[in-house]
Amino acid sequence: MTFDVQVEVMLRPGIADPEGATIERALPALGFEGVTGVTVGKSIRFQLDSESASKAQETATQMCEQFLSNPVIEDAAISVTQAQVGS
Amino acid sequence: MATKVAVIQFPGTNCEFDVAEVVSSLGGEPQIVFHDDSSLHGADAVIIAGGFAHGDYLRPGAIARFSPVMEPIRSFANDGGPVVGICNGFQVLTEARLLPGALQKNAHLKFKCQMVDLRVDSTNSVLTSEAELGQVVRMPINHFEGNYTCSSETLAELQSEDRVVLRYVDNPNGSIDDIAGICNEGRNVVGLMPHPERASHELLGSNDGLVLMQSVLAAAGLAVPV
Repeated sequence: MTFDVQVEVMLRPGIADPEGATIERALPALGFEGVTGVTVGKSIRFQLDSESASKAQETATQMCEQFLSNPVIEDAAISVTQAQVGS
Repeated sequence: MATKVAVIQFPGTNCEFDVAEVVSSLGGEPQIVFHDDSSLHGADAVIIAGGFAHGDYLRPGAIARFSPVMEPIRSFANDGGPVVGICNGFQVLTEARLLPGALQKNAHLKFKCQMVDLRVDSTNSVLTSEAELGQVVRMPINHFEGNYTCSSETLAELQSEDRVVLRYVDNPNGSIDDIAGICNEGRNVVGLMPHPERASHELLGSNDGLVLMQSVLAAAGLAVPV
């Protein structure tokens, strides 16, 4: 089966996020008030052939630990969904 | 016998010839080793030069870590051979987990390209053995991701084991504990963000980098002129 995998890599809490902080400071200048907690990360998407969703999740977790994220400074959130037929 | 220094070149490395130039000016024999090589060809020391290995895609050093040349470098390091990573080379060494911690984006998201003063805080490493404790050396930095960070446990370890070899006198990038360079437990693997090879002649504004490069060559077995 083919699964759509989305990995969201975000800086770990406590790691300075100057990009998020800059965006947060800029928003009020455009009239968007009341925004707090802006964080910036990256999204990595791919298709993965795997026996099951749990197996796909496990594989993606290993990818994150070894390569897609740097556990010293980043956390990874993985979501796995079955790919749409014909996509 | 000549003291051979393997200067590692990834696609995107751009400081390898500067490093090679300084190595030869000090009497060593530099050898550029491309990233797809699975041998260090009998090198006595390894310098991973700066630049943008593999375009810094994903994270600086993240892809370089899987280059074939990293295998012999790992064995060489584990056998106690001197390995120094400069700038991007430091990032590669942390990604390869030959050194702890990580280099994150500079505080205030500023690319920093300037001369900095560094204090030698340990002379017990392959990069600083020829320097004097407390000596201040001046050389350039040129990086966006040079803000060293690590867990509080790792930091405590680095401090108690005297493994912070260089500190910024005036911290330019937000680095934790003003760290500019650290070494591993064996003290034979060192990473630093500043560029000693670019401070190798008075005409370049400083020759303070020479003492560090000399230390590497001394660790590689070259007799240091008195």
